[in-house]
Amino acid sequence: MKFIKYIFLGILFGITLTKAEVVSWFRIYEMFKFQSFHMYGVIGTAVVLGIIITQIIKRTKMKAISGDPIVIPPKQFSIPRYLIGGTIFGLGWAMTGACPGPMFILLGNGVFVIIVAIASGILGTYVYGRIKRKLPH
Amino acid sequence: MNNLIEFIQQPWPWYVAGTIIAIVMFALLYFGNSFGLSANFRNMCSMLGGGRSCDFFDFDWRKQTWNLLFLAGTVIGGFIAHQYLMPDATIAISEATVADLQALGIANPGEGIVPQDLFSFESLFSLKGLIMFVVGGFLVGFGTRYAGGCTSGHAISGLSDLQPASLVAVIGFFIGGLVMTHLLLPHLLSL
Repeated sequence: MKFIKYIFLGILFGITLTKAEVVSWFRIYEMFKFQSFHMYGVIGTAVVLGIIITQIIKRTKMKAISGDPIVIPPKQFSIPRYLIGGTIFGLGWAMTGACPGPMFILLGNGVFVIIVAIASGILGTYVYGRIKRKLPH
Repeated sequence: MNNLIEFIQQPWPWYVAGTIIAIVMFALLYFGNSFGLSANFRNMCSMLGGGRSCDFFDFDWRKQTWNLLFLAGTVIGGFIAHQYLMPDATIAISEATVADLQALGIANPGEGIVPQDLFSFESLFSLKGLIMFVVGGFLVGFGTRYAGGCTSGHAISGLSDLQPASLVAVIGFFIGGLVMTHLLLPHLLSL
């Protein structure tokens, strides 16, 4: 039962991204064409509120529900890993019109062909795992 | 009550969506976890036995059960929204976008949540459909793991924590997205 809250959070997230049209291929195309504020508004609002929330967590040394402090592990900085990896993801994002979350939300929306992109995404992650050591990080 | 349902059935504005996304991120932190959906591709690799052939997937994915259940919830959420909360699935994209997409041969831009002609199993048997889903999906899976996160992990969680690495990743997302949308998609869609 301790897991049920995650299912509810996922439901809230799935409803929200569908209702705000974030899962729409059309919205992602429009975003990369800079033809509407909508997607920038969604991400911008989340980031501004996220910054405030994260600062409150850190400054008040907020504890998680378990009583342990909330830790946000810092990401080790490097340029190649994030720039190359990010660019590869961006190419796929603009092509499929979906990042990983929306792929699954689209499945719930009855867009079943997206299962092919999901399977291919799992394969892509697997291939990354196999050749990881040969890539610049 | 009817008013409330009517209110929910309208498309939700950006500030409502952004606020709920921030709340979801906070809830996951408060429950002792973090907001990052692409990690589930790695979890699935591990579930499917990827750990036997590659140590990157040799970890106890059961510890990520919460994230897999969160993901399952998103599918249910998509289903609920589609079945009960979307009286008409038209996407109010800008007129300029509609014109651009028509010029690229997309029929009825904004009608339905995705372009109907492209997002069908028949389209998979065309070259553009095959590239879009197979190559597109692969790039998403490969790129997110290479970059160590996707929109939720970097653009939302990472930028919220003012992580320089996430800013670089988001710049990458845009380089890739702009190159695809402006330079490659017109050719892909005309295949």
